[in-house]
Amino acid sequence: MTEEKMLKVEKIRRGTVIDHIAVGRAFKVLQILKISSDPGVTVSIAIHVKSKKIGLKDVVKIEDRILDSSELNKIALVAEGATIAIVDDYEVIKKFTVKLPDIITGILRCSNPRCVTNAEGSVKPSFSLISKNPLTIKCHYCEREMETGEIIDNIF
Amino acid sequence: MMWLNRDVVSIGDFSVEEIMEVIDKSNKMLPYAGTGHPDRPLSDKIVATLFYEPSTRTRLSFESAAMRMGAQILGFGSLEGSSVAKGESLSDTIRIVNGYSDAIVLRHPSEGAARLASEFADIPVINAGDGAGQHPTQTMLDIFTMWKESGPINGKSIGFVGDLKYGRTVHSLSRALSMFDASLYFISPEELKIPKHIKRDIEKHVPVKETRSLEEVIGNLDILYVTRIQKERFPDIEEYKKVAGTYIIRPSLLSAGKKNLIVMHPLPRVDEIPPDIDNLPQARYFKQASYGVPVRMAILDMILRGD
Repeated sequence: MTEEKMLKVEKIRRGTVIDHIAVGRAFKVLQILKISSDPGVTVSIAIHVKSKKIGLKDVVKIEDRILDSSELNKIALVAEGATIAIVDDYEVIKKFTVKLPDIITGILRCSNPRCVTNAEGSVKPSFSLISKNPLTIKCHYCEREMETGEIIDNIF
Repeated sequence: MMWLNRDVVSIGDFSVEEIMEVIDKSNKMLPYAGTGHPDRPLSDKIVATLFYEPSTRTRLSFESAAMRMGAQILGFGSLEGSSVAKGESLSDTIRIVNGYSDAIVLRHPSEGAARLASEFADIPVINAGDGAGQHPTQTMLDIFTMWKESGPINGKSIGFVGDLKYGRTVHSLSRALSMFDASLYFISPEELKIPKHIKRDIEKHVPVKETRSLEEVIGNLDILYVTRIQKERFPDIEEYKKVAGTYIIRPSLLSAGKKNLIVMHPLPRVDEIPPDIDNLPQARYFKQASYGVPVRMAILDMILRGD
């Protein structure tokens, strides 16, 4: 697929393009990145875009902002397999796919209010990946399993 | 896996073979559970029992087990007068006690507390119950009771009745038993069915059979594991009475069961097993409670001496 076809909305000069987001998840990506509350960032969203690779997809373009690795890990929780392109001067300078790590640490809290990680402030919550589809993770401490809805609600 | 210095946090950390090693060792400890081990193999060890919430039976059986092996004990059974009452964090308390003892037995209201403690301690940590979470030595003593009182577990039909939704005992025990290739029956009212994620785990190994009617399955069972239905789980007291009444174990029910059926209960019981069952040959719940000592003697010996 040519780049022109892939990017339905206008090209950006500098920033991050998140492509191949599972259809319907674009707003969740924005929610996780907490971008909607930052008026200084221009965001373009395309939803229900036809994709040869995954049928239908969502695309998010964020201008003048390069995502850091912790943000990329968070995105993986709702958009495993999304493609990230870092753009500078209208050129893609780096491109890669987000992957869920087997151990997820420090980006979300446990949904179990009685989990020790919610009582002892000094402990970093840590989760292991149980299944990608449906997304299920398990708290390393209390062993509670969490699925997508709970995961999104508990991202830092 | 080596046992020396090993943490006992969650039953999921142990394979069937390892659980069977504990069973074998517990059986060897059985003759000494009432009199003490003649060699006093742990006489140079100190076991700390840190009970952040009261649990008479578990604490006493751990302390008895440690003493029967010749070990010394220190710790607390309530928070009154402890540094915890002054607001000390669990991780700090564990770091301190780590220097005072050779093993820590921990009961704590927060789920995952024992896992956390094991990360701050160099000495082994035994989880003696963390909130509604894990209580692995209870699971091991339940499996020991089944093995001792009913024979090999593979192929046995085991029924759980009562509160299968909130009862942590049932959750870890049924998960462990599924690895033994036992047939598992879950008997409960609709509102107290076994949670989906536990069911999913069990179904990786054996099918889950769920029913509301104990009468329907009693004839199939080798072991009936009874748990208490708690009043506070029901918004309507009348509904509670109706449901709880359905699962009271009566002599007539047991006479419809197999000849060698045994009845277990983690105790304390309320009304679900009336006292007239206590003297029937099926009743094994007091024996089950007594097995807490040899099983904990075995575990302490394995993690403190690697033997």
